Amino acid sequence: MIVEALIHLVKVLLVIGFVMNVAGLLTWVERKQSAVMQDRIGANRADIFGFRLIGLFHPIADGLKMITKEDFIPPGGNRFLHTMAPFAAFFPALIAFAIIPFGDVLRVGGRIIPLQVVDFNVGVLYLLAVGGMSVYGVVLAGWSSNNKYSLLGGLRASAQLISYEITLGLSIIGVLMVFQTLQLSEINRLQGELLFGFIPKWGVVVQPLAFLLFFTAAVAESRRIPFDQPESESEIIGYFTEYSGMKWGMFMFADFIETVTVAGVATSVFFGGWQVPYLFADGFHFPWGSIVALPHLAVILLQVASFVFKVLFFCWLLMTIRWTLPRFRYDQVMRLGWKYLLPLSLFNILATGVVILALQAL
Amino acid sequence: MSTTPTLKRPARAKGDRMTWWEAIYLPEIFRGLAITSRHFFSNMTGHILQLFGLGRNLQPAVTIQYPEVVRPLPERTRTLHRLTKREDGSPRCVACMMCESACPAFCIFITAGEHPDPTIEKYPVRFEIDLGLCVFCGYCVEACPEDAIRMDTGIVELSTYRREDLLLTIDQLLKLEPVDRTTPRSMHPIPPREGDGTWSPPGVEVPTHLRAGLTRLSGDPIAVGSDQPPSS
Repeated sequence: MIVEALIHLVKVLLVIGFVMNVAGLLTWVERKQSAVMQDRIGANRADIFGFRLIGLFHPIADGLKMITKEDFIPPGGNRFLHTMAPFAAFFPALIAFAIIPFGDVLRVGGRIIPLQVVDFNVGVLYLLAVGGMSVYGVVLAGWSSNNKYSLLGGLRASAQLISYEITLGLSIIGVLMVFQTLQLSEINRLQGELLFGFIPKWGVVVQPLAFLLFFTAAVAESRRIPFDQPESESEIIGYFTEYSGMKWGMFMFADFIETVTVAGVATSVFFGGWQVPYLFADGFHFPWGSIVALPHLAVILLQVASFVFKVLFFCWLLMTIRWTLPRFRYDQVMRLGWKYLLPLSLFNILATGVVILALQAL
Repeated sequence: MSTTPTLKRPARAKGDRMTWWEAIYLPEIFRGLAITSRHFFSNMTGHILQLFGLGRNLQPAVTIQYPEVVRPLPERTRTLHRLTKREDGSPRCVACMMCESACPAFCIFITAGEHPDPTIEKYPVRFEIDLGLCVFCGYCVEACPEDAIRMDTGIVELSTYRREDLLLTIDQLLKLEPVDRTTPRSMHPIPPREGDGTWSPPGVEVPTHLRAGLTRLSGDPIAVGSDQPPSS
């Protein structure tokens, strides 16, 4: 019993540690990657005892700065909600990762440990529900600030988040129709099958359109450029105008965590999660017949490594997108969401259904 | 049938309207991503090669690491002022007030003294430039009939911790030298203020009524921090 609890605790700490550390590193990656993309060097001045370590101390310096800054609550603002809002934004971003499996079942000494914090049988619904909760932080922040611009920013943000939530949900439905389950661990396992004997049956292979729609909507959900209407730092002011110090830092950090979560969900649902192509429970089975047998632990390690690699790749891709594309205007955001992405996601469901029926009739 | 003239839209320039290919947005996104990713990977390769001492001819970043690496200034850049000297070391300035009159920022403050030599009319007892006001327009240099003031010291790092330090007195201005363009530019410290900020020819006492503190610091004619031009 205690061992069970300990195992759970270790898994929780592992996942939270992974998400928080990657999100913290992303603040550094954002600076450095954008710099390298733009032929610059990027932040490299923070040092400890003269060691600069390619700017890796900048996240620490940022944290120290934000913790020691004045914590300002605007006069007339709602003190309680103003303090609550950053937590309301931070919390859902963090707990979404709980149901994402980062490996197959680990067998150690007769014990079966699923490499996943919780294995809901309605995992995908949980994802969407938690994603929907992130709107509250934004709305509360805008409303409790006693600032009409913050309020407008919060309203715009909630409009955007709710609009893209629909596409997010509908695009995943295509995947659910293919895999016939809502359980993420099961979806991951099924993605290990092979199509025609050699193509891994990853979500992106069977549902390419759904992946594009999902990814677009997920970028919008993470509130970063090109969908940074909630923040709009370059044009007008957004919902966290009246925030300072670490509360503002939590909003910003929530965005980075959201980036990691988006990368995790995209990996899990569309890119096979922990699957390595042709790697089965007992080793590699290549389509041309050769077999490389591997011990159980090596297989699990390969799977976890594959999951981490994919998540980091998607983080990189999201950063690249953020530093490549110009931002949308508000009406463009709404038009894209309602007039293009939503009909396309409905079409995707229809087309998926037709194909499934046709395959059953054969 | 009426002959109402129909308004015709002006023809759009070619390339003004998005083609269908561009309007579906996705291919253009991939094109953009390809461009930025190409920069990313080629620069990344350069950085990694240079970490191992290879690829010296590559330039993965155009950044100049400023305080350590200082970029040479163009030949005609207007930098910190200096007062030129005659061969005997006395200032060329004759206190004619031309520069002070020409200054649009009212940042030059000259106090003239009577020279004991009757062939020389005046000399500057004080010559102060408030860099907090100066706009580096160079009009003082243009106005000077004696080539007594120049802006060729090559000093552009002018920040100080106290506003008073931005007021340069005549001894500081006389100590400054033109920039040596053969050697790379480095951070020049502004020479520290010495004495009471007055100058006088050898053997000449500065009249006591001109001895009072720095023109600008003593609140005469204007106080430090005031934005008022000097009243005549």
